[in-house]
Amino acid sequence: MNTLQATRLVAAREIRVKLRDRTFLISTVFFLLLAAAGTILPAVLAGGPSSVAVTERAAEPLRAAGLEVRVVADDRAAEQAVHDGDVDAAVVTGPTVLAMDDAPDDVVTALSSRPEVRLLNPDAVDPAVAFLVPFAFAFIFFVTSQGFGVQIAQSIIEEKQTRIVEILVAAVPVRALLAGKLVAGTLLALGQIALVALVALAGMTFGDDSGLLSLLAPAIGWFVPFFLLGFVLIAAMWAAAGALVNRLEDIGGVSMPVQLTVMLPFFAVIFLHDNTPAMRVLSYLPFSAPTAMPLRLFTGDAAAWEPVVALVLLLAAAAGFLLAGARVYEGALLRTNGRTSIRTAWRSRETVA
Amino acid sequence: MVAVTDVLRLDGVDRSFGDRPALRNVSFDVAAGRMTGFVGGNGAGKTTTMRIILGVLAADAGRVTWQGAPLTAEARRRFGYMPEERGLYPKMSVREQVTYLGQLHGMTAAAARRATDALLERVGLAERGDDLLETLSLGNQQRAQIAAALVHEPEVLVLDEPFSGLDPLAVDTVVGVLRERAAAGVPVLFSSHQLDVVERLCDDLVIISDGVIRAAGDREELRRTYTSPRFEVVVETDAGWLRDQPGVTLVDLDGARAVFDLAPDTDEQPVLHAALARGPVRAFRPVRPSLTEIFREVAQ
Repeated sequence: MNTLQATRLVAAREIRVKLRDRTFLISTVFFLLLAAAGTILPAVLAGGPSSVAVTERAAEPLRAAGLEVRVVADDRAAEQAVHDGDVDAAVVTGPTVLAMDDAPDDVVTALSSRPEVRLLNPDAVDPAVAFLVPFAFAFIFFVTSQGFGVQIAQSIIEEKQTRIVEILVAAVPVRALLAGKLVAGTLLALGQIALVALVALAGMTFGDDSGLLSLLAPAIGWFVPFFLLGFVLIAAMWAAAGALVNRLEDIGGVSMPVQLTVMLPFFAVIFLHDNTPAMRVLSYLPFSAPTAMPLRLFTGDAAAWEPVVALVLLLAAAAGFLLAGARVYEGALLRTNGRTSIRTAWRSRETVA
Repeated sequence: MVAVTDVLRLDGVDRSFGDRPALRNVSFDVAAGRMTGFVGGNGAGKTTTMRIILGVLAADAGRVTWQGAPLTAEARRRFGYMPEERGLYPKMSVREQVTYLGQLHGMTAAAARRATDALLERVGLAERGDDLLETLSLGNQQRAQIAAALVHEPEVLVLDEPFSGLDPLAVDTVVGVLRERAAAGVPVLFSSHQLDVVERLCDDLVIISDGVIRAAGDREELRRTYTSPRFEVVVETDAGWLRDQPGVTLVDLDGARAVFDLAPDTDEQPVLHAALARGPVRAFRPVRPSLTEIFREVAQ
């Protein structure tokens, strides 16, 4: 059996165990509900077209506007229908729109004539959307890398704490153990995001938000490779952090620096999203690039070559952290007496081949 | 058939932790088909030695060979190992994790499942096989641990304190399983600080103290080499006079009862005559020194 086969076995076990883990399942369902609610609810809450009472003579323009028209005999009957709550509004001679306490925009619009509108910069993104989309990206990256990173660390600590690690190390290369965990974490994270994305997509289709969707497409395309490398970068740090302690209770002590390296870029991107020079810097720094660069692509600020350069930088950083994380992991894995310092772990590579 | 070369051999193994030497020039053989007991006090170096055999620790010097060739990771994968500090995955069922460990040792999924079922049956865990490990009693977890070490039908077995924490019934089960493996030609090395268990079980004995091998070889041979002939005598009155007999070293004196060692090449009959000359002798018999005595003798 080679390292690759061992890696596959380790990854398969991690995934199998995770898919049975109640916390993981509940959090996944929660995210799915969130995605569904976020995309479907606005359409539902907006409600259908208003129902309007009107005499046959004035009904035509309202019908043409797609409103729910109820034909009544005269204006008095129309007003009475509004009072009784049978309809949202009535249109009486004038024309005057009657409603109880809220002007029905769609009825008013149907009866108004509108000037022609010509947009000079039709590609510009709605400022609300311009904020929400990067926030959603940053949030997904933050929550996922944090959540799955912690789980990688926990799984490593569990093996140290129960000492099964000695049996594992005697059977398979240490690198296969680490690789299996990282592969499993990445697959689970991507799987969860894909599932959430699928639900969000279905929700947008249901809520008829396909305009936003076509706008998002290129940014999402770039988000995937950035996310993948960014995730590996952070997962390598979590793996090293996990290997340094022996008990789940002690994870807090080593996880703080890792959490900060995820949290600070997250907030930087959130707060500086409309600060162009700051975003340019953030989009190249490996820790913030996974969220900052897709955002700049989304708002159209980045030139075509920029994501490529940022991706290469991120790749280099991820590779470096992976090697360093693997070294710390190997050095600390079999030290089961108390907490190991990074320096000790770095210097001691115990196992033979 | 077991080839003569089926020997696990440690040859001049050194290991230090920082400035503290843990093992010094450790050499011994674990022969195929034999149960080799590995005894020594706490911190003597038993666990370190076993970890080096399994490649979990690296040796500073010396080498470990199996069938005449230096150990590789590939060869070690066919070893069975039970670490001193026990542990399996608490949230996985016994069957699933033993199967998983079989696969990690290179078995196909189907072969690992078959071996797991047979083994769980053998150690009396068949009915608990689908329970999560953490729901099992400590004794049953220990049985699962044995199954985990044996699932891939290892060529060599290295077990660190396999009997600690086992109830007498489980000890019998484990002893039975290990004997089967030894009888099938597998070298079995097991450590224990329960000398009575080792005494009952081992064919060969390796004694370590302060990281140095003090004695290694056939158990009975060691007994002959490291202990003097010992006798127990029971007379009517105080047996203190034995002290002055030539060649006698008193080991224990309790009024009329005494245990003594004889210097090599000294005959016990003159001592018996001397006792009879002083009055009636109620008992006079040779005493087989226990492993504890050997251990005390060589670990000094």
